[in-house]
Amino acid sequence: MVNLEIDRLSVRFALPGATVNAVSDVSLRIRPGECVALVGESGCGKTVLASALLGFLPGNAETRGSARLGDTELLTATDHELATHVRGRQIGLIPQSPASHLTPVRTARSQLEEAARVLQGDADVAAQRTGLKPEHLDRYPHELSGGMAQRVANALALVGEPWLLIADEPTTGLDRELVDGLLDEFRRMVDDGRAVLLITHDLAAAQRIADRIAVMYAGRIVEIGPAAGVLGDARHPYSRGLVDALPDRAFRPIPGRPPLLTNLPDGCAFAPRCDQATAICEERPVLTDDPHAVACHQPC
Amino acid sequence: MLTAQHVTAGYRDPVITDVSLSVRPGQTVGLAGPSGSGKSTLARVLALLHKPFRGVVSIDGEAVTKFRFGALQRTRIGVLFQQPRLSVDPRFTLRRAIAEPLRGNQERVEELADAVMLTADLLDRRPHEVSDGQLQRACLARALALRPRYLICDEMTTMLDASTTAALVGVIRAYQEETGAGVLAISHDSTLLGRWADETVRLQPHPVSGTGQRDLADAPTRNSPTTS
Repeated sequence: MVNLEIDRLSVRFALPGATVNAVSDVSLRIRPGECVALVGESGCGKTVLASALLGFLPGNAETRGSARLGDTELLTATDHELATHVRGRQIGLIPQSPASHLTPVRTARSQLEEAARVLQGDADVAAQRTGLKPEHLDRYPHELSGGMAQRVANALALVGEPWLLIADEPTTGLDRELVDGLLDEFRRMVDDGRAVLLITHDLAAAQRIADRIAVMYAGRIVEIGPAAGVLGDARHPYSRGLVDALPDRAFRPIPGRPPLLTNLPDGCAFAPRCDQATAICEERPVLTDDPHAVACHQPC
Repeated sequence: MLTAQHVTAGYRDPVITDVSLSVRPGQTVGLAGPSGSGKSTLARVLALLHKPFRGVVSIDGEAVTKFRFGALQRTRIGVLFQQPRLSVDPRFTLRRAIAEPLRGNQERVEELADAVMLTADLLDRRPHEVSDGQLQRACLARALALRPRYLICDEMTTMLDASTTAALVGVIRAYQEETGAGVLAISHDSTLLGRWADETVRLQPHPVSGTGQRDLADAPTRNSPTTS
């Protein structure tokens, strides 16, 4: 098993008359036996980051920086190399809204067995590990509830025994009981020595299983540190605002709106919404270099 | 008052059986229950989008006789769904989506967009160019366009981050204070309902015989609502 080392990764999309800065200068290391949660509001670049790691970006995307998985540079690897060595084998992806990623005209079993054959995995073991019973596997995608479709997607991601699992909003639309079961499964995998990158807007889910939490705002990581520290003692005003918006806290929204990714300010992107912003925030803050790092001139 | 009395509804088989529920003007009722307990089916019946097998739905004392396209009272009920992407025509700009029920009254569009905090540049984009949170804001503006007496929010916040959730609940509360509208808030998040709703009704599915699984596609067939 190897580390995933993301170093100053940026992703831009060229649109007619505009450039979308979806991900800017993201550095992140994920080690085996670790669960990292990437949190932030929808549209902040979380899914684009995951797509970049697996070579799933559309043709108008430009990337800079690097993302190394052992000796493989993921950003420049050919599609053939990614398909034969990385996807499903080293990095498993649980896509957002799993039901829409299953082939509608084939049963769950037929899809899982195909993946097992290609990746030389064991369909029965994967099904059992994700809590799927044989009778569930004989169903077509439209006959599966959200929770069951999620488990099929999990089994598909796990059948090739990848060491890193990227789960993109896996808890959306599931009730709390199913969410807890799913998160416990992820935690067991991490305890087995695998790694999980959990992409979510659900802070409760992140808190439950993550070792470290990275908070993303407007394409940049603004705070990263131990889960308890980031949620319990947030240092970036944006992280603090997210925590305060929870219904069991103040239930108070962050004022204002996130900036347009086509028109980001030169300085701190959060400054227009921040009640602590001063003149110094017109310069871009740099992410500090300590275990609980923050990119803010005046951290809380 | 928006009421469902002894409603039994489903698709081929009943999903909810003999359920009664009412929402008074100005009140926010939470509806909770696990996956497959029939929350969305009840929401669709109350929104006059689905005809129940048995039972009566009435709005401010007037019993509804026709559902779906035939229901004239549908303009009095606004609905918000879980997945904004599936409930907006992908070819429409957000401006056009909000204006759809208004027959093009642009002045109201600006006012509504302002209430849900959407900027002018976002209004000219199409659904694939905005985030889920921004699109759900547009859906809320569209749902409020005809000044409904009742608003039904079916897992409205599932796709949204904490800050957007708190912001949209704030917009709905402000609308209620202004107009006295009643709200049915459906969610599986009991912490959220505890904070948002005045009272919460829980749909209880009977366990499916034999399996004990509650998240199967063959949904349970009988429910009994209890107030908590």
